[in-house]
Amino acid sequence: MTAAGIPAWARPLGVIAGLLVVWHVAVARQPAHLLPTPFAVAAGIVELARSGLLVKYVVASLFRVTWGFMLAALIAIPCGLAIGWYRRVEMAIDPLVQIFRPISPLAWIPIAILWFGVGDLSAIFLIFLASLLPLMLTAINAVNSIPAVHLNAGRNFGLSPARLVSTVLYPAVVPQLLVGMRITLGLAWLVVVAAEMLAVNSGLGFLIADARNAGNRYDLVVAGMVLIGIIGLLLDAGMRSLEKLRAIRWGYVEE
Amino acid sequence: MAIAPFAHPRGLEIKLRATGVSMTFHRDGAMTKVLDDVGIEAREGEFVCLLGPSGCGKSTLLNILAGFLKPTAGQVLIDGQLVQGPDPRRIFVFQERGVFPWLTVEGNVGFGLFKRPREERERLIAKYIKLVGLQGFEKAYPMELSGGMKQRLEVARALAVNPDMLLLDEPFGALDSITRLLMRVELLRIWEAEKKTIVFVTHDIDEAIQLADRVMVMSARPARIQRVVDIDISHPRDISSPRYLELRDGIFEQIGLAHKV
Repeated sequence: MTAAGIPAWARPLGVIAGLLVVWHVAVARQPAHLLPTPFAVAAGIVELARSGLLVKYVVASLFRVTWGFMLAALIAIPCGLAIGWYRRVEMAIDPLVQIFRPISPLAWIPIAILWFGVGDLSAIFLIFLASLLPLMLTAINAVNSIPAVHLNAGRNFGLSPARLVSTVLYPAVVPQLLVGMRITLGLAWLVVVAAEMLAVNSGLGFLIADARNAGNRYDLVVAGMVLIGIIGLLLDAGMRSLEKLRAIRWGYVEE
Repeated sequence: MAIAPFAHPRGLEIKLRATGVSMTFHRDGAMTKVLDDVGIEAREGEFVCLLGPSGCGKSTLLNILAGFLKPTAGQVLIDGQLVQGPDPRRIFVFQERGVFPWLTVEGNVGFGLFKRPREERERLIAKYIKLVGLQGFEKAYPMELSGGMKQRLEVARALAVNPDMLLLDEPFGALDSITRLLMRVELLRIWEAEKKTIVFVTHDIDEAIQLADRVMVMSARPARIQRVVDIDISHPRDISSPRYLELRDGIFEQIGLAHKV
């Protein structure tokens, strides 16, 4: 059998189906229950959907990611653009950024709980922290890579500084910003799961921790993992679809 | 009575005068002298070529004329006024990729017209798209255009704001040789129609002789003006005429190149 005869959209589905078969056979052939079968996981998802927890937890997780990510974007992108514009400021803050960067956002969990208690605010704060520096660095790099010819052309036509920002600087950085936002959103989605295991009592991360603690329901643990993966894929696809806009596509094409 | 020198076809008023222009760059503690006491003049409506080897500093000189760079010494006067920064009255056309990739052809041509009322803006956009032959591509983005079309688009964007001077920095350098020839013809047609003063930087001797009223031959770095050559052939120029070849030979000799391969 050759892969060439199968339509492109069907190939990933084929790989997934194959993996599910291997998963099922492997679990069925060993009795130690190291993993639930795909059918048990599917049943778990159905159970969650019926009880209303699925929607509730997905909404809770998305709510935290949305707020944490949006707040970070609102602060980090304008600051990053300004910092990138003024080279001296960038050099002055760079060591600080490099110190904060290797600290995992999860290391902030105790402090988040101390400041905001167990609840949404803590989780939002952690996602905010996780998104802040990546978005800021994206914005700084985006400004630095604007070709001088475009800025000079803007100045040549007698643009005021405000107009230069809105008609040259901003459109020039959008493609790179979108890529950075897509990657950071993926990161935020990683962090929300960990944050929910410790700092709240709802959401997909909580589902995973709770299913294990309250009766070793590993079918629900894996169901939670599958849901996280699917939603992550959808978030990424949503951001990617923005990159196809005609006015932005130039940023991703090598001439 | 002295015999009048070669009568210049255009006005005799001096449009641009640069005197004693020197430029030294400081980089990593090292000093590089790029321009050494350069003086040039361009008359109203004249087509002047700055010709020199790659890296000689002719682009730097053009950036100084445009007001993007401040010379270490010397000054540039345009219409008798000291150049202190970029100005929409003189538009710089960049080597390549100067058009804004996020704007359509229309958007690019109209870029500098933001102060004009909407109707006038649309009229000018249509006029200059037509002048450079990009009708039918109004809604296209630059990435959908060929190199020659992008360069024409940039010329249209420059002309739309009605500057009295165009500064072109090797504008056709990235194009294939056939497109370059066509673009030269196009540029001369536009120059005839629009009567702008043009300063055109190139390292291509033929390009300079085909286009310019006067060619300023620059030396290697630090650049000086070695010689100014009047191209006393009327347009359209026969590029195999004895006079053309004579001028070409003279410049080859001046640059110190034997024109044998």
